[in-house]
Amino acid sequence: MIELRDVHKAFGRQVVLDGVDFVVETGQTVALLGPSGTGKSVLLKHIVGLLMPDSGDVLVDGMSVPRLRRKELTALRRKVGYAFQMGALFDSMNVYENIRLGIVDEALYRDKAFCDARVAEVLKQVNLSPDVARQMPGSLSGGMKKRVGIARAIAGKPSYLLYDEPTSGLDPVNADAMDALIEQLQHELHVTSVVVSHDVRGSFKVADRIALLHHGKIRKVGTAEEFVNAKDEVVREFLERDFQLLEAEH
Amino acid sequence: MDSSTPLITSPSLTPPLFVRFLRNVGRGAVDSLTQVGRFGMLLVELVRALPEWRQWLPRAMEQCQAIGYGSLFIVLLTSGFAGAVTSLQAGYQFTGSVPLYVMGAVVAESIVLELGPVLTGLILAGRVGARYAAELGTMRVTEQIDALEALGRNPISHLLLPRIAAGVFMVPALVMLANLTGLLTGWLAAKSSLGITDADFIYGTRYFFRTFDLWYSLIKAEVFGVVVTLIPCYVGFSADQGAEGVGRATTTAVVVASVSILILDTVLAKILLPT
Repeated sequence: MIELRDVHKAFGRQVVLDGVDFVVETGQTVALLGPSGTGKSVLLKHIVGLLMPDSGDVLVDGMSVPRLRRKELTALRRKVGYAFQMGALFDSMNVYENIRLGIVDEALYRDKAFCDARVAEVLKQVNLSPDVARQMPGSLSGGMKKRVGIARAIAGKPSYLLYDEPTSGLDPVNADAMDALIEQLQHELHVTSVVVSHDVRGSFKVADRIALLHHGKIRKVGTAEEFVNAKDEVVREFLERDFQLLEAEH
Repeated sequence: MDSSTPLITSPSLTPPLFVRFLRNVGRGAVDSLTQVGRFGMLLVELVRALPEWRQWLPRAMEQCQAIGYGSLFIVLLTSGFAGAVTSLQAGYQFTGSVPLYVMGAVVAESIVLELGPVLTGLILAGRVGARYAAELGTMRVTEQIDALEALGRNPISHLLLPRIAAGVFMVPALVMLANLTGLLTGWLAAKSSLGITDADFIYGTRYFFRTFDLWYSLIKAEVFGVVVTLIPCYVGFSADQGAEGVGRATTTAVVVASVSILILDTVLAKILLPT
């Protein structure tokens, strides 16, 4: 389970998280929605200790992330797969080496046969051909980079998966394919997932529950149905903006 | 009177010049202390990551090739010209006033004590320093360093230690080669322009040479090897704000590393050379 309790975070004078309370139950997929620049990615980084809260607490598996020692934090991070917004692939390594770095068990990491098999397996899971393994990140499209990023995130068989804007920058067809991939991985891996997004339609598809981050606070948490029927003006405004865009697209 | 004109004008909110000056000085002092603190923390992290040699040693070998082989041509070219010009200028100054064999000592001592290590250090500050700061800065702004941390891997042992170790291993080797090249070109230049014999040049070189001179050159090379890798690694690792941040980090890394070399050159001369 992931739990954020009254988390505050500011960068200089800019307050990004202003008392966030947020819970993700084990096995659930929660989509964290909100306009760009509201601190969704900042919240995600708190879960793996890439950022520490100014006050409040972040609990993963009952452990307080800000209070973990270095070794404990490393052990926790190895249970969490993190798919970055632009893939964050290492430029100097090919796709194989990038994914191999995701195999976090050191003994398995040095086992060439295991790594070959595991890289091929995760590439298949993210619907990429095994030939991609030999390519350098620079030669991949944006969508492929995101898929390789997800492949790297799941290579170590994590218990948690964090997706940072998995569909941003993708055309509608590829965005749908990415949503389908997230659903597929959820069924295959049975992990606890947090999907940060500003894509309402995709989030409704992949998430068990949805949370809306607004002005540094969680404004509403609920199912897709509860969101559609919400009376809260901020929630309605956010949903309508996305649905208007959707209508305009069609 | 226009209804939009306020009846009472508010006093200027801009603080007096003296207050602004004090505020800027205070801000600068806090920023400097923050940088010193962060740099100190990085040094501690580097020492703590040393036992993770399985991570950094293989990568250090790759970096050694990049620093050593990649910089060899420019280092030898620079030291070669430095040796030749030292010889020619010494000849211009000393011909007729001191015995010709002194040329050997002037060239050897100038190259080994000063020009070999310092010129190599400055060239590597530009070539390697800029590369490391830009590489690490780009990795920082494209979240590659965050990705490494999120995978439970230590960026210090994966990225920084290999680069700094490569500097520690390779810069002394480059400086020794630079010394040798400078000495040879100085010898050739003295021979061709001043007509000094090989025997005289070797006599002069050996007469004034002390083994400590070579150790001094090596110590300087080792210190400069740390400077040209550690400072750019720190600056690149702390880069922010997109392409502009990476550009700023690269410039800062080269300037700070170059100035540090010149300062340390003076400090080491004062500490190590008996006067």
